[in-house]
Amino acid sequence: MNQLQNFTKGFLKENPILVMILGACPTLATTSSMINGLGMGLATTFVLLGSNTVISMMKNVIPDKVRIPAFIVVIATFVTIVDLVMQAYVPSLYDTLGIFIPLIVVNCIVLGRAEAFASKNTVWSSVVDGAGMGFGFTAALGVLGAIREILGSGSIAGLKFISGDGILVFVLAPGAFIALGYLIAIVKKVNKA
Amino acid sequence: MEYIILIISAIFVNNIVLAQFLGVCPFLGVSNKVSTSVGMSGAVMFVMVLATMVTYLIYTYILIPLGLGFMQTIAYILVIASLVQMVEIILKKISRPLYQALGIFLPLITTNCAVLGVAILVIKKDYNLAEGIVYSAATAVGFGLALVILAGIREQLDLADVPSGMKGAPIALVTAGILALAFMGFAGLV
Repeated sequence: MNQLQNFTKGFLKENPILVMILGACPTLATTSSMINGLGMGLATTFVLLGSNTVISMMKNVIPDKVRIPAFIVVIATFVTIVDLVMQAYVPSLYDTLGIFIPLIVVNCIVLGRAEAFASKNTVWSSVVDGAGMGFGFTAALGVLGAIREILGSGSIAGLKFISGDGILVFVLAPGAFIALGYLIAIVKKVNKA
Repeated sequence: MEYIILIISAIFVNNIVLAQFLGVCPFLGVSNKVSTSVGMSGAVMFVMVLATMVTYLIYTYILIPLGLGFMQTIAYILVIASLVQMVEIILKKISRPLYQALGIFLPLITTNCAVLGVAILVIKKDYNLAEGIVYSAATAVGFGLALVILAGIREQLDLADVPSGMKGAPIALVTAGILALAFMGFAGLV
């Protein structure tokens, strides 16, 4: 597998959210608007890049039996960095995303890539894998956020294009489940074709 | 009275899965059969209360006095992971039937974001220890309620003729959405 395929597999074919259905919690919770979704996606991408890089560097040092706790500590370190940086520089986004920033640590995507990819591959391919997966995650969050924002409040990235309200339910909890359900069905169809 | 409001709010109004989106992975993953979903709810309740208690004590009596509040995430996840492991070992030794009922779900709980989420929320909301325990128990009941209801619906859905593209995760998500819509009816309660 060349590096380009390695990078692009996260977009559609192995998209962490839409195909593998991992990390559904932040996906549903932070996509009430496009900006929030992208913010969460970028925060997770940073953690994914950092943990993939460090874990693939340390894969020969970490004993096999304690690898999962070791991975979790590495991931938690990067999550703490993101948490503190976002609190300092983008406080409003930090407040909106709230508890879901520390919860990146239990996001199955991050640990999943560490276990399935970074612990077996070279540093460079792990970086590429992390970037590709992070990009796929961010894109899925952005798309879902955009769909919910357009339908729910009639705006995109905060710019309103209809007067009055949208279909309110799409901004609220039920709309998140329903929109993600249909998005997954569509991606399934596209991947099969 | 205060506790009753706390309980009702955690179970119905701010249901952990359907309103706060925590623990969605096991919610979708183990909701195929009612019997497994009951086992999972029991295991979550057990670990959630225990984890909230232990992490609360660690935060207030170790991290804060030492000025290590920023280590919260790392400390919590390690505590929860080792706690789950310990519970599994102890259960295996002292209660075989309970271990067989909850055992297979225990390793899954480490990555259940609801457990870590509740532990962090208790600190964020400034609850004291008693409130924290009541809150985490009620939240676990809410999780169990949502999980068992979804499992019941999905057992019926197996008999229905679902379009091929919607089979599996998509139909489960849409069902969960409708369920969330129903739970929104509780919004004015507290």
